[in-house]
Amino acid sequence: MPVINVNPTRMELTNLKRRLVMARRGHRLLKDKRDELMRQFLELVRENKKLRARVESTVKNANAHMAIARSLMQGEVLDVALLNPKQHMVLDIETKNVMSVMVPKFNVKFGSLNQNDIYSYGYAFTSGDLDTAVKGFYDMIADMLRLAEVEKSCQLMAAEIEKTRRRVNALEHVMIPQYEQTIRFITMKLDESERSATTRLMKIKDKMLEQAHHYAD
Amino acid sequence: MYRVAAIGDRDSIYGYSAVGIEIFPTEESQEAGRLIRRLSENGYAVIFITEQLAAALQTELDAYRDDTIPIVVPIPGLSGNTGIGMKNVSKSVERAVGSDIISEDY
Repeated sequence: MPVINVNPTRMELTNLKRRLVMARRGHRLLKDKRDELMRQFLELVRENKKLRARVESTVKNANAHMAIARSLMQGEVLDVALLNPKQHMVLDIETKNVMSVMVPKFNVKFGSLNQNDIYSYGYAFTSGDLDTAVKGFYDMIADMLRLAEVEKSCQLMAAEIEKTRRRVNALEHVMIPQYEQTIRFITMKLDESERSATTRLMKIKDKMLEQAHHYAD
Repeated sequence: MYRVAAIGDRDSIYGYSAVGIEIFPTEESQEAGRLIRRLSENGYAVIFITEQLAAALQTELDAYRDDTIPIVVPIPGLSGNTGIGMKNVSKSVERAVGSDIISEDY
């Protein structure tokens, strides 16, 4: 690791020592943050995978019923049946702070509280499979929204973990060694100049004594 | 207050309208890309999109990855499960950990 290009002075040395302490503290904190983020992330990802598998299989089921309904009914009748839905849905989104990552939290509100309002058609001209399909969609809506929530949280946390990991690595492998090396370099340099000053003084003292007492004679 | 939308070919998403999700049928990926942009600017927070379209719009969808809103979620359409949704989850893991470590659990 190359030494930072600084003047080898006592002032720089104190500055660097202070920065080294700071870097160490930051490194420790960020490492803790990374570990905790990672733990929560892995938990969330497991849930994400499970939810996704479940949603994908239920979507498949509902779609199958839909396909049967479509084949049993006239296209126009089916289109008209779902043309004017009675139910509608709005979301309230709060954000929750998880280790400085803002993850979304949904609050679902349905326009109509009557559960049967998902069937926006009369039963006379539609196939029962349509009812099953619509019921299937309704049953998994909570799962789907939870999936959206979890998946977004995962993505946001992944980004944050990546950032934090980079910082930890930069501190650990670049900044801290660099500071240590530079501090070593300055200490050496200062010690060296101190020694050279001492020897110079000794030499001068010898010369002055020599001049005063004329030992050589 | 945010709303929920579904984008995809008509047959795949038609059923969602019954449960309160607003549907925007399209089969064209460019059109879908424009729709996503428009919807995200107009108060739609969650956008479900069929995997088929999501596959064609990967770069556009990646641009939304780091934003809290909109949340674009790929779901399988009538044409079946292409595995894109799961691949996206693995991508998050890969980004965070460096390699996909939990994929073989399932």
